[in-house]
Amino acid sequence: MKIELQAVSARHPAARDGAPAALRALDLRVADGESLAVIGPSGAGKTSLLQVLACALPPAQGRFTLDGVAPWALPRRALQGLRGRLFLAPQVPPLPPRQRVVTAVLAGRLPAWGLLASLRSLFYPSDIPAAHDALARFDLADKLFERVDRLSGGERQRIGLARALLAPARLWLIDEPLSALDPTRAQQAMATLVGVARERGITLVATLHQVDMALAHFPRIVGLRDGAVAFDLPTAQVTPELLKQLYAQHEDELHGPAPELADPAPTAALPVVMHCR
Amino acid sequence: MNASARPTPQAAALRDPAWAGRVFWIGATLVLLWPLGVATEFRPWLLLQPDSLRVSGHFMASFMPPAMAPDFLRLVARETWRTVAIATAGITLALCIAWPLTLMSTRVLSISALSGRMARGPFWLRQGLRWVLIVLRSVPELVWALVFVRVVGLGATAGVLAIALTYGGMLGKVYGEILESGEAHVTEALLRNGGGRLQAFFYALLPQNAAELTSYTVYRWECAIRSSVVLGFVGAGGLGQQMDNSMKMFNGGEVATMLLVFMALVALADHTSAWLRRALG
Repeated sequence: MKIELQAVSARHPAARDGAPAALRALDLRVADGESLAVIGPSGAGKTSLLQVLACALPPAQGRFTLDGVAPWALPRRALQGLRGRLFLAPQVPPLPPRQRVVTAVLAGRLPAWGLLASLRSLFYPSDIPAAHDALARFDLADKLFERVDRLSGGERQRIGLARALLAPARLWLIDEPLSALDPTRAQQAMATLVGVARERGITLVATLHQVDMALAHFPRIVGLRDGAVAFDLPTAQVTPELLKQLYAQHEDELHGPAPELADPAPTAALPVVMHCR
Repeated sequence: MNASARPTPQAAALRDPAWAGRVFWIGATLVLLWPLGVATEFRPWLLLQPDSLRVSGHFMASFMPPAMAPDFLRLVARETWRTVAIATAGITLALCIAWPLTLMSTRVLSISALSGRMARGPFWLRQGLRWVLIVLRSVPELVWALVFVRVVGLGATAGVLAIALTYGGMLGKVYGEILESGEAHVTEALLRNGGGRLQAFFYALLPQNAAELTSYTVYRWECAIRSSVVLGFVGAGGLGQQMDNSMKMFNGGEVATMLLVFMALVALADHTSAWLRRALG
């Protein structure tokens, strides 16, 4: 899917007034089937950028098109249809605690299914082989029928990524896919994502905290700082000086792994007060 | 210089600063409650006067021994079954009313609210459905039962319909609250990736809140059993109607037996709920 952002600004609806916008006059052009990594210090606007691309956050200003179509000009139903062709994997994997892994992974298929088909799949999982294959690529094949809340944080994160492989999407937007993974798993997960995206011609935009991972796996790197593009270069041209500038005053994030976002175990809803009369 | 003379400033720093506020609010609560007690003629000591003690003593004494005649027990068994049937049928109908209203009125499943504010049309639709739920549950089931007894005649049908309407309103409201109080992240993610509202409900919202919803529903079933007794007093069938008869004939033993049956039913509901929670948790 082709992406075009021209002078796009965006602010979070929950941001307090007077806070600087998360994205400021940002330009970005991504060709169909391209893979790129977005790096930058915390608070640079990486997640906001993904949210704009996922049609989750409407830009306040600027021009934003996917495949030449402006999503926010579409009627709501068509917009929802377009969202079905995107896949946004949030940093904390969205998995309900009591669900089984197979159901959680097959949930990626939902945009392609009608309501009846999705209900049937709850009764008996529709495409167990596909779910198994997707999990196997992340070394989780043996967890197919486990419950999500019995798994570790890293396993849950990889299940969130395996869901992408089943989504009928032409654009993957992956937010910090490696934050809960150990180095070996991270290598494997990254290689799988980039490999499958290339195989299927899917456009891939991933935000990453691990600069070395970004340099090792992606052909194009976008450095983001203060809501704007600091550099946008083929990986070979990214120099240590550029990186140093990008992470100025955030050197610890460049050298060490970023402080991990706590991945709270999924919990059930808080009890509601029950009243009879 | 000894230890006791030294620490005046320190002692002040170590005093709990929230103390004064706590005393104030306790005092304020008592002052506010006093007029309420007067308005409701709350005089518990009247219970302990010899006259009242004698009357209540007689009444309680008539409960012993509980009636155990085989004929009566057979009647109680049949009416118990009817009571359970009224409560279950009432709750089932209430579910049929509550779920569509909940699904249409809950904010978590709003697609337009994914990106900022909810659109105007959906907002007023949800608001309108909330008002429907308020109307349904603000009319007590006793009133509904009196209405239906006139329409469909004495018997269980009136009880079932009364429970269905009031409980439909209550279930719809509380289901909505349960769904909205849980973590919305999972549901949002599915909607953002192009899933439909019902798909998001079945793949995210329901598995996330299943235990809470089930235990609330079982608890409501227990309430429906209790409430069917009250409805029985106005002629809506079941154990309540029998209890009304026994009360009118001052047959304390029969009342006691039926109360024991109620306790057993409530205990049963309690165990069912605990078991279901364990199974779903």
